[in-house]
Amino acid sequence: MLILVLKRILLGLITLFIVSLITFVGVEVLPGDACTTYLEREAYGAALEACYKRLGLDIPAYERYVSWAIGVIQGDFGYSLSGEMKINDVLGPRVKNSLVLASASILIGIPIALLLGIITALWRDKMPDIIISTFTIFSMTIPEFISATLLILIVAIWLEWLPGIVIVPTGASVSELLPNIILPVIAISMIMTAHMARMVRSSVIQVMASDYVQMAILKGVPYWKMVFKHVLPNALLPAINVVALTIAWLLGGVVVTEVVFNYPGLGRLVIESISNRDLPVVQALAIILASIYVIINLIADLLTLMLNPRLKSLQIKK
Amino acid sequence: MQQVVQEIKNLSIGFTSKKGEQISILKNISTTINKGETVGIVGESGSGKSTLALAMMGYVKHGLFTISGECIYQSNDILKMKNRELENIRGRKIAMIPQNAGQSLTPNLKIGYQIDEALRLHTNFQKEDRDVKISELLNKVRLPSPETIAKRYPHELSGGQQQRVAVAMALAGSPDLLLLDEPTTGLDVTTQAHVLELLNFIAKDTGTSMVYVSHDLGAIAQVSDRVIVMYSGEIVLDGPVKTILKNPIHPYTYGLLKSIPKLTLSGLPNSMSGSQPQPGTIKEGCSFYDRCEFAEDKCKINSPELEFVSELNSSVRCFNHKKLHKKKDEDTKSSKKVLRKLTKNEILDISSVSISYAKQKFIEQLLNKIDDTNPTVKDINIKIDKGETLALVGESGSGKSTILKSIAGLIKAKDGIIKFDKNKILSNDLKKRDANYLRAIQLIFQNPDESLNPNHTVEEIVSQPLKLYFGLSGNELKQKIIEVLKKVRLGEFYLTRYPRQLSGGEKQRVAVARAFAAKPDIILCDEVTSALDVSVQAAVLNLLQELKVDFGTTYIFVSHDLAVVKAISDRVAVLYQGRLCEIGPSESVYKFPSHPYTEVLLGAVLEPDPDIKPKLVAEDIVEEKPPEKGCSFQGRCPRLLGQICKTDVPPWQIDENGNAIRCHIKINDLKNQQISN
Repeated sequence: MLILVLKRILLGLITLFIVSLITFVGVEVLPGDACTTYLEREAYGAALEACYKRLGLDIPAYERYVSWAIGVIQGDFGYSLSGEMKINDVLGPRVKNSLVLASASILIGIPIALLLGIITALWRDKMPDIIISTFTIFSMTIPEFISATLLILIVAIWLEWLPGIVIVPTGASVSELLPNIILPVIAISMIMTAHMARMVRSSVIQVMASDYVQMAILKGVPYWKMVFKHVLPNALLPAINVVALTIAWLLGGVVVTEVVFNYPGLGRLVIESISNRDLPVVQALAIILASIYVIINLIADLLTLMLNPRLKSLQIKK
Repeated sequence: MQQVVQEIKNLSIGFTSKKGEQISILKNISTTINKGETVGIVGESGSGKSTLALAMMGYVKHGLFTISGECIYQSNDILKMKNRELENIRGRKIAMIPQNAGQSLTPNLKIGYQIDEALRLHTNFQKEDRDVKISELLNKVRLPSPETIAKRYPHELSGGQQQRVAVAMALAGSPDLLLLDEPTTGLDVTTQAHVLELLNFIAKDTGTSMVYVSHDLGAIAQVSDRVIVMYSGEIVLDGPVKTILKNPIHPYTYGLLKSIPKLTLSGLPNSMSGSQPQPGTIKEGCSFYDRCEFAEDKCKINSPELEFVSELNSSVRCFNHKKLHKKKDEDTKSSKKVLRKLTKNEILDISSVSISYAKQKFIEQLLNKIDDTNPTVKDINIKIDKGETLALVGESGSGKSTILKSIAGLIKAKDGIIKFDKNKILSNDLKKRDANYLRAIQLIFQNPDESLNPNHTVEEIVSQPLKLYFGLSGNELKQKIIEVLKKVRLGEFYLTRYPRQLSGGEKQRVAVARAFAAKPDIILCDEVTSALDVSVQAAVLNLLQELKVDFGTTYIFVSHDLAVVKAISDRVAVLYQGRLCEIGPSESVYKFPSHPYTEVLLGAVLEPDPDIKPKLVAEDIVEEKPPEKGCSFQGRCPRLLGQICKTDVPPWQIDENGNAIRCHIKINDLKNQQISN
């Protein structure tokens, strides 16, 4: 078990290394750089030279990568090019904001998704399923920029119940953020819940059709007992990985929603820093997002391993 | 008057088709199950036998519904009961033993919990009493060390053990009626015989009535008092087991029995043409009309009713059953046994082949070597002559399919050489094999559903070897495809069909056609008939035999079904745990199974005859790995000599019939022991 965890961590580190290389090379080969973007039309001659020198862009690319990598290992992402701020300071509040948005969506969305999925599966082809499934398919097919815009139109502009866009500063406290995130959370939850509910539904239906559930029924196990003891533990196992991916996706910044609501999260920072050619920030973001995916997937795999007796005994045998 | 446990009256169950038509799967079933009686329900896949068994518990599968009729248990109709009432009957009064116990036990719950659940629901025992009862039940189904078993998860048990657990679970509520849905299908022959013996014991011991659903007349013959034969959703024959199996007065049963290969017969069984009609296709007349050799004009228009024949104490659904009353089955023995000219013309020479499934370590990968002292398959030496049919038999895990795959080049052998046509060495790497050798060795798989590409038409499927090996195209290709299909008795109109539009037997014919299109010298058959119904199996076996006569092809035939092997093979090789035990001409192996393992295997074969009981000589333990040293069969051998069997690999001995065995006991002593038994 321990060896497996160590193996997975090592693999994760290799993944992170490759991700950092790819983003570095990617941003490097893009036409233009931080100085040309910053200086715009004046980007020539001495001004450009001076800018390069100031930002350290005159050093060869591989040397920059090495010194940056050493910094990251020590927990220092270096300086942002455009704002000339410490990247740790730029990222800190953004990570917090994304966390707030993600946790709110997770806390609301995942229980609802599981509930809807289970209800639609148990009442398959009956009224509850038809109504909920129509709704989930509907909200799955509408792109989030449309549903988000519609939400703003209806709730913020027509009804004037909630602020339409987030107008708090990036460093705002959680209590200041809360009223602002209601609409983004609804927009995100709609699409996320729909996807997960569909997944849970098909998983539960599959287990309900299995021989062992038929056997439980024929054994005389009461319906709800059968659902909780025989169906759900087996049906929700595969859901763990989907939940993990969803969480990672949420933490990694829901770009479109953040842009529509002007929310100061990681997703918007990605867009901003790419358009500013702010290589160190892009790299830092890539590393952070990749780490989130790696860590959450690792947790999900270990959880599956622990909950599935079949896999557990396989591991022990090895 | 016997006490009736359950009465089924005019039961019809069906579904609504996409066109809105109501289609019956069960048509007007009426029968009664008496107390203490074991009723066998037999029929081929799609005959509705499982639907009937489930209906007896008030369970109708998703998509199906009761059209009419009732299932009366204790003067109540089970099919009309509410869930709450059903929960008090299911498991307590009527219990089910499912087909595939491995998939019918909930994977995340321990064995002990699952039995305890049944006890909690259906008895008033306290916790301590229940624990004792669990051990008692596990003991009753003869599982070793019940306490350990109770703590295991289902996947940690072998197939036979899982089936026993299912039996224990069903017995937990001491039911009046046990429904068994193909409880031994998918188990090894020896395990199957043991489970059936256990069921017989339980029926006697507890006085429970049983309904035993199976497609296997051999198993039915061993357990039933009465047999119901189903065809296309109808009961066609119902009577005492001996009458049904010895004097089958319905043409379908008559044909079915003739198409089963038996150990007591030599040669191939007679096949029945056609296949069971799809539900809803028969609008009028007898549903067996198309396949019946006794059919008359009136059978096409009028549907026969179930008619009671008092002198045989049976009910039959046929206008012409009187023709069959006195018909002796002498014509079953006239089946053609093709005499083979045994030319000493070696086509394949397998020498010292060993195959390992061990994962290569990194260094071994670099050196392209496998270091495994105890490989899955070890030391196989077989020479095969041109035109011969060699059968490889053994239980699951005996390595028979593995050997087949290594001949085909799909698995790399660890050691040993396979020579083709006297001196041409076949590389163990498929990519290095010459195209001509690839053509010369063709494979037919067990399940045509998986071996035929569902998106290709029959034409495309059969054209592939022709294009690949002979470069045919255009009209020439088409003519050749038609010719090949004709050989497997499929008409030209099959060209544009997709596999899903074919029946099981037709699909396997296409697979056979594809193999023969390559004009192979050797055809490897991997359990080619085990996914097929009995009547279709006989047809495929006959087809293979005919093609062999026409083309002089050599077959290597892998099967777990010893009766099928006897019917088709010239020579048999018996394998246990990847090691050869016995090899010799079929007739002498079947007449005198010298090796103790062959004796065990043949003893466990179930014949469709209630008077022939299987002999159970060895325990049905499942061994995970072959023993490191000594004889491969030491763990289960009923004739174990002593220490020598555990330390030394037994030598080969050959008797006067050319029968070779690997045993420490002298071959003549083994024969004498068997005769004296």
